[in-house]
Amino acid sequence: MCTTCGCGHGDVAVEGEAALPHHHHHHDHHHAHAPGISPTRIIEIERDILSKNDHLAWHNRDDLARLGVLALNLVSSPGSGKTTLLARTAADLGTRRAVAVIEGDQQTSLDADRIRETGARAVQVNTGKGCHLDADMVGRAIRQLQPEPGSLLFIENVGNLVCPAAFDLGEAAKVVILSVTEGEDKPLKYPDMFRAASCMVLNKSDLLPYVPFDVEKCVEYARRINPGIEVLQLSALTGDGLGDWCAWIERQASAITAKAS
Amino acid sequence: MHEMALAEGVLQIVEDTIRGQNCTRVTAIRLEIGALSHVEPDAMRFCFDAVIRGSVAEGARLEIDTAPGRAWCHNCGHEVALPSLIAACPDCGGFQVQVTGGQELRVKDMEVN
Repeated sequence: MCTTCGCGHGDVAVEGEAALPHHHHHHDHHHAHAPGISPTRIIEIERDILSKNDHLAWHNRDDLARLGVLALNLVSSPGSGKTTLLARTAADLGTRRAVAVIEGDQQTSLDADRIRETGARAVQVNTGKGCHLDADMVGRAIRQLQPEPGSLLFIENVGNLVCPAAFDLGEAAKVVILSVTEGEDKPLKYPDMFRAASCMVLNKSDLLPYVPFDVEKCVEYARRINPGIEVLQLSALTGDGLGDWCAWIERQASAITAKAS
Repeated sequence: MHEMALAEGVLQIVEDTIRGQNCTRVTAIRLEIGALSHVEPDAMRFCFDAVIRGSVAEGARLEIDTAPGRAWCHNCGHEVALPSLIAACPDCGGFQVQVTGGQELRVKDMEVN
């Protein structure tokens, strides 16, 4: 509402485009505003704060879907074993499908170097001070990588169980990795992430005899937040449980490839 | 802190909206933030103050409307208030709840002159 005259025509709806300017001549009463003073008015916006990111994510998803590429966004706290799991997965699945990896870290290309050693292609994204990957960074990395049709694209997000939950990258699914050396109560402490994920991987299962981690409780907590979350238990180090993980990926990939063809 | 990226997103939306408008200054910005969204209002205020410096919205007031968390309880068969993502249904104590509201993250409107 215009606070100079009280008229209600200031509420111009603007959805992604320039709104009509505020006119004071639509009323049947005549008045003038003081010259040179711009009247205060409200402009309606009604846009999601993440709309730009979500729009870019939509494009990433669309590009990947047309190529039949399965993209998985791997999220966890630092040190859960994401890179070890990815290197192992790239080596195991690389014989069947081309694998490409986008590595997100604040600094260094150490993780991308590790992935390249397996023969998979990798692009490192350094976020600098940033705490998460966003759809723009991933779109740029995809253009660099040019993934092959029907291939697998793993996005290793910055190690952080908070911020990456909010940012859609255009992935088919988020996979949250939790190692058994962490607390089983992480799903309750970081519910946004466990709610956003389609699958929870419990890594470092070879250490279960030595740590007080309660698998059953952890799964109960995760399903409290997200009743539909799938759970896989494995050790990226020993390879135990990797068969189920690769089969899960293959199922997701087949669904994406089938849609593209 | 992802609130910094979100605050930059708010400023970008404001700057996009103001283009072509006959106004010189943004004096207030109103957001709607759901109680179950990914945003901590205090962190958003802190980041907002940092990103608006030197912009058309410098000095603008930040108003935050909080949308309450709501969920459908599958046990009770009705909608209930849900204060957080880890909360149980306040009526039956169960966790078979599906979030139906409180995840908003929107720029509602702004005051300009």
